[in-house]
Amino acid sequence: MLLYLVRRVLYAIPIALAVGLVCFMLVQIAPGDPINAIVPADAPQEVVEQVRRDYGLDKPLPVQFGLWLMKVVQGDLGRSLATGRPVTADLVSAVGNTLTLALVAAGIGFVMGSLLGTVAAVFRGSLLDKAAIGLAAAGVSVPHYWLGMVLVVLFSVTLNWLPAMGAGPGGSGAWAWDWEHAKFLVLPAVTLSVIPMGIVTRTVRGVVAELLNQDFVTTLRGKGLRRGGIALHVLKNAAPSVLAVMGLQLGYLMGGSILVETVFSWPGTGFLLNSAIFQRDLPVLQGTILVLAIFFVALNLVVDLVQTALDPRIRRA
Amino acid sequence: MTEPLVRVRDLEVRFVTRDATVHAVNGVSFDLAERESLCILGESGSGKSVTLRALMGLNPPRRTKLSGAVRVGGHNIIAASERRMADIRGSTVSMIFQEPMTALDPVFTIGRQIAETVMRHEGLSRAAADARALELLELVQIPSAKRRLAAYPHELSGGLRQRAMIAIALSCRPKLLLADEPTTALDATVQIQILLLLRRLQQEMGMGVIFVTHDLGVAGEIADRVAVMYAGKFIEEGPVRGLMRGPLHPYAQGLLGATVHSGMRGERLTTIPGAPPNLERVPKGCAFAPRCAFVEEACLPEVPAFRGPVPGHAARCVRVPQAA
Amino acid sequence: MSTTTVANPAPAGIAVPQPAPPVSRGYWQGVARRLSRDPVTLFFGFILLLMALAILFAPWLSPHDPYQTSMIRRLRPIGFQDWRYPLGTDELGRDMLTRLLHGGRLSWFLGITPVLIAFAIGGTLGVLAGFAGGWVNMLIMRVTDVFYAFPSVLLAVAISGALGPGISNAMLSLTLVFIPQIIRVAESTTTSVRNLDYVESARASGAGAFTIVRAHVLPNVLGPIFVYATSLISVSMILASGLSFLGLGTKPPEPEWGLMLNTLRTAIYSQPLIAMLPGVCIFLTSMCFNMVSDGLRSAMDVRG
Repeated sequence: MLLYLVRRVLYAIPIALAVGLVCFMLVQIAPGDPINAIVPADAPQEVVEQVRRDYGLDKPLPVQFGLWLMKVVQGDLGRSLATGRPVTADLVSAVGNTLTLALVAAGIGFVMGSLLGTVAAVFRGSLLDKAAIGLAAAGVSVPHYWLGMVLVVLFSVTLNWLPAMGAGPGGSGAWAWDWEHAKFLVLPAVTLSVIPMGIVTRTVRGVVAELLNQDFVTTLRGKGLRRGGIALHVLKNAAPSVLAVMGLQLGYLMGGSILVETVFSWPGTGFLLNSAIFQRDLPVLQGTILVLAIFFVALNLVVDLVQTALDPRIRRA
Repeated sequence: MTEPLVRVRDLEVRFVTRDATVHAVNGVSFDLAERESLCILGESGSGKSVTLRALMGLNPPRRTKLSGAVRVGGHNIIAASERRMADIRGSTVSMIFQEPMTALDPVFTIGRQIAETVMRHEGLSRAAADARALELLELVQIPSAKRRLAAYPHELSGGLRQRAMIAIALSCRPKLLLADEPTTALDATVQIQILLLLRRLQQEMGMGVIFVTHDLGVAGEIADRVAVMYAGKFIEEGPVRGLMRGPLHPYAQGLLGATVHSGMRGERLTTIPGAPPNLERVPKGCAFAPRCAFVEEACLPEVPAFRGPVPGHAARCVRVPQAA
Repeated sequence: MSTTTVANPAPAGIAVPQPAPPVSRGYWQGVARRLSRDPVTLFFGFILLLMALAILFAPWLSPHDPYQTSMIRRLRPIGFQDWRYPLGTDELGRDMLTRLLHGGRLSWFLGITPVLIAFAIGGTLGVLAGFAGGWVNMLIMRVTDVFYAFPSVLLAVAISGALGPGISNAMLSLTLVFIPQIIRVAESTTTSVRNLDYVESARASGAGAFTIVRAHVLPNVLGPIFVYATSLISVSMILASGLSFLGLGTKPPEPEWGLMLNTLRTAIYSQPLIAMLPGVCIFLTSMCFNMVSDGLRSAMDVRG
């Protein structure tokens, strides 16, 4: 099993490199001279020359990629075209905000989804089941950015219970763990939780329903186990698949939060991406996407490893 | 006279779904004494597994409708609540299944699965339960028992898995052991071993055994009495030797004639033409009539009652001579 | 003793009721039958049909010109106070009903086309990878893995962000997002079909690779791949509208549901109902496609 773990970790490295390559190519496919993508238009000539040397822009592409990669590994993601600040600094605080939002949304979505899915599977075919399926179907079909707007209209504009934008009073960009700030988290987190909730409901329902049909459940009943005992067995059997889906969903939440963050002006990576797109600020765009993608790769790795650890049938490499 | 270990009267099992109702079992009655071993013989769809599961209430709860009287070890099975049944299962009555690979939970070790049963019914501590599990593995003759406690089902061969399942079933010393085609999925050589093991364990532990199979060889090996089942009813019952040597019902005769055994080289194999009836409607007269070579007018209006030349061996066929 | 042969049943003169023989039907007829008994899928399919027709005939059904603005008629409310604008007007005074009908054309187009193209390209590559195996499989699947390393939204935003706004850029990035997903499904379906016994026996009887693919593999994999693709349509629509919402897809003044959601955002304080209308359309379309796709999948699943 150790061999499998090592192999799996090693396999992630070329993937990470390839991801880096794709991000690197983003700048290359952008229309216009790549130099304009890295340096603001009004920069003095010496700066332009310096950057040209640093990034090897007159050298062949593979060399450029190598140079860029070395900078990235040292934590240098370039400077924002719009603000001139190093990308890494802004990115770190943005990632923190998005992570907060994603984790809370994931928590809500996973817990609700598991409950709904289990209820639906146990009472399969009943009205409860159909209601749960319907809710899940709506959850995965809804455009979540629109749902965010709906919730804003309902809870902010009409009822005035919750704020519509920002992460703190006065639309501030800072997040703190207190009630004042928590109010700002509610609507975005709920909005973001809807899609994972729908997917987890469906997955759990499918997995649990399939398991309840299996022969070993009859054996468990035949042994005289009560519901609690049987539930434990079902849980352990369901865990690998369900956890895998949850892990993936967390990754999607991190990477796909841009739309919801835009609606709520939540100061996270999505918001950063949005302004970068608007301002054609390619270093910020590139840096953010790279970090999010690498995060996703790492998450996938963890999910794979956990899944293997939980299922004794996959022990041998 | 004390009550027999198992007493079944007019058991009917129906599966009700939106599309149709299937009458899987249409009136089965029998007794089983303690330490007695009964084999229910029949082809797929005859209702034999359903009957067995009805004795433990293991049919799918929502679809199944039971009627009649079933008493096992003094408990009324049909009227018992699910909680009561959960106490009875595994302790008074146990079952072993046909396919041990799918019948065992793949993510728990077999030691754990045995210990769990014991802890559930006898309230033992984990350590005591593990010790009992070890004893049981040795009882069912699994080699290197200590190591095997920590094995997962997929790490064992078919025969060992079946032995593990037997260990689970016997862990709380049940009075009645039910076996649903326990050797069908095994290689021929392993089959004999398991059958011999079961017979020895039955004698040592003084259990009643009911087993279901379609294999006559198995019946001959381990049963005291045999009941032949067709279309949801017992159509012949008798002691194993007597029934195998002289089957009374045409279906039983056909079954015994269709078995391949040595000494038959050069002879034609017999077959029974046609197929068993669709059980969405209960057949009116004798269910075997459409396929029977000896069918008469008297077979059609109603199901023939049991009749037989000697006490203890009878068949539902109008052609069977009545005892004088 | 039991060595006698059992003679033919039913001696003359006795009428014995025989069971009726089973009726066998073709696979697709079975699918159609199961579908016809599925009220939920039929219902959503019907709504989908209505929407498709409304969108198709938008130019004839719309009461106004979708581009005609009017500053005095801004943000008229929904309702029949002014029956010329039953669904109200947007922030530039354009009739909402007209904009929604025309917007549907672009939204549906943006949603369906990338999936179609991805189905064609990804399906071919996936079946190829599944059937050929070996280094062809490794090559295709490893490249697919790289793209799979990005969450879809992120990838779409990344490519669109780099290329810039515009409909063709948006379609390109969406197609690139879906191709890897279809390749994966196509490859795994083909691999499992390839290993089935009847394909082995076709090989054993000497059939050439092309014949095997055409006669045995394709009929069995096209169905599941197609159903998977239909489940992607709703995602595609939401993503496409999302891109427009971010300013990366359709450019104003083209009517498109996602773009309309964006431009109407400022109106949520004054006319919230109007601001939400385009989203309702996206939601409805997405839901219908999802339900129909699900229904298709269970109708095609022989295990039932």
